Amino acid sequence: MLLEVKDLHAGIDGKEILKGLNLTVRKGEVHAIMGPNGSGKSTLSKVLAGHPSYEVTSGTVTFDGKNLLELEPDERAREGVFMAFQYPVEVPGVSNSQFLRLAYNQKAKHNGEEELDPLEFNDLLKEKAKIVEMDPQFFKRSVNEGFSGGEKKRNEILQMAVLEPKLAILDETDSGLDIDALRIVAEGVNKLRTSENGIILVTHYQRLLNYIVPDFVHVLAGGKVVKEGGKELALELEEKGYDWVKAAAK
Amino acid sequence: MKGFMTMTIAVSETQFTQPFKDQIANEDNADLRELRERAFEHFAKNGFPTPNLEDWKYTNVSEAVSEKWLVSSESRTIDSDLDIETLRKFRYDRNGFTALNQAFAAYRVIRIPKETSVDEPFILEHSAMVGEAIFPHTIVIAEAGSRATLVEIFASDAAGFTNSATQIFVEENANLTHCRVQKDAGDAFNYGVTEVTVGPAALYNATSINLGGAITRHDIEVVFTAEGGEAFVDGLYMLSGSQHHDTHSIIDHKVPNCTSHQSYKGVLNDTSRGVFNGKVFVREGARGTDAIQSNKNLLLSNDARVDTKPQLEIFNEDVKCAHGATVGQLEEEELFYLLTRGLPDPLARNLLTYGFAEEIINKIEVESLKEELDAAVLNRLNAEI
Repeated sequence: MLLEVKDLHAGIDGKEILKGLNLTVRKGEVHAIMGPNGSGKSTLSKVLAGHPSYEVTSGTVTFDGKNLLELEPDERAREGVFMAFQYPVEVPGVSNSQFLRLAYNQKAKHNGEEELDPLEFNDLLKEKAKIVEMDPQFFKRSVNEGFSGGEKKRNEILQMAVLEPKLAILDETDSGLDIDALRIVAEGVNKLRTSENGIILVTHYQRLLNYIVPDFVHVLAGGKVVKEGGKELALELEEKGYDWVKAAAK
Repeated sequence: MKGFMTMTIAVSETQFTQPFKDQIANEDNADLRELRERAFEHFAKNGFPTPNLEDWKYTNVSEAVSEKWLVSSESRTIDSDLDIETLRKFRYDRNGFTALNQAFAAYRVIRIPKETSVDEPFILEHSAMVGEAIFPHTIVIAEAGSRATLVEIFASDAAGFTNSATQIFVEENANLTHCRVQKDAGDAFNYGVTEVTVGPAALYNATSINLGGAITRHDIEVVFTAEGGEAFVDGLYMLSGSQHHDTHSIIDHKVPNCTSHQSYKGVLNDTSRGVFNGKVFVREGARGTDAIQSNKNLLLSNDARVDTKPQLEIFNEDVKCAHGATVGQLEEEELFYLLTRGLPDPLARNLLTYGFAEEIINKIEVESLKEELDAAVLNRLNAEI
């Protein structure tokens, strides 16, 4: 069992958003979390990543045998949780390669692996960049600064490729992407999909799932999973919209 | 209190009287002698600036100037290349420091000939010894169509007093890059003024890095005198302990169709204090002016403080101007982003602070200097990145 979320209640600013959410992810599985706006999709991502503004009021989250909720966001990351941001943050003045090497080495140190010097890391980065068809000129540029929407999302997947997480949560990674960028990002994710890791795709739309085919689809409404199924559930949602699941939540 | 302060200033003035008499006795150049005497007279009459003056409200130099200073015995002979008219353009009556600089100035002239590109930067290093007062005065004339880089480094390794002036003339189509680095020892005292004239279609690109000193102030004034000029007037002050730094900047659009960009950043830790006062004037008739100004400050401690005052004074229409200032802590979302990539909290904070400062340092194209400043920033953060 990679991730087990049980009866999770969480919210922000005293407002409960997740109201008893359950989710189980095993190694090698891709899960899609779908749902209308305000259903709690992004809250789930942020709670799993450990965003300090969100408060968990009850329930448990077990990741790889550990109580995830007891870990700080950076500890979670070093344990192997990765979240690709819906809105990747710009970090002016810090180059992409500098940032990624620091992150890589923190994780390597944590796992008792060898840390890489800038030259060694650059070789690794060049290899990883091919996964998302990223030009090495982006290594020298400040993290996400002046990147287009598509470039930012590709950069998130590049980070995933470098950090090789056990669990990757892709929060609305498809939002704001044109069809070519969507294809590159999705192909990148597919290349990173292994029998050893788990992937959670948080998305409003079905179109990403044409490219990254999920094993399971969970539909959120009102802070709970109201419907679950295989990949065909996504198509059904696409056809019928979210109104019927919203009605089911009430 | 007020009476006491006035007295302190008066005492400090007299300590320069005898050194001035000794020095002026050896001044052979009659024009220069007159210039120096006039400046000293101005100083004797007005003294050093006090916090009663609006422009010196936050920076109190009374203690520093009343220390016993030994006027440096550096050479004051003048370059034959220098014409007195250029010296006369210096605004020695700006304040007591500028007047005293002119009275004691050790001149140095750099002239970049017409249509000449100089790849190697001109590097001038100034350093005052313990208890010593130095008065470097640099004049740089970038003649029409020339291109060069000036690097000024202030690096007193002890409690000295640096009172410097730099006059820069960027003539038609010339391109001058100017890096000013103040990395004095933590107990040093430093005042400096930079006066810049930007000519027709000329480019002046300045980066001023302030890291050292106990009390430091830099006044910079950039004046556009012909159309098509462009200037970058950027800087960084990175302070810790009880350091105090003050930048007063004036960018003066006197003529149409010039462009100025200003970005100053401050990183303040412990009980340090920063002051940024930036005026941008767009004079009557200066149509087509494009001016942008920003001052961003990062406070790393609750006891650090910054007083920032960006000001735009526009006497004209048909201009594009923007300005703003921020004072704050690190952005929580940026911090969270780095944490989710596995960077521990202190490293993530240091990296963000480093990035904030690097935005200015990255402008510097003199590679060795950039690397040195990079290391200085990391050292200041006690971080390895």
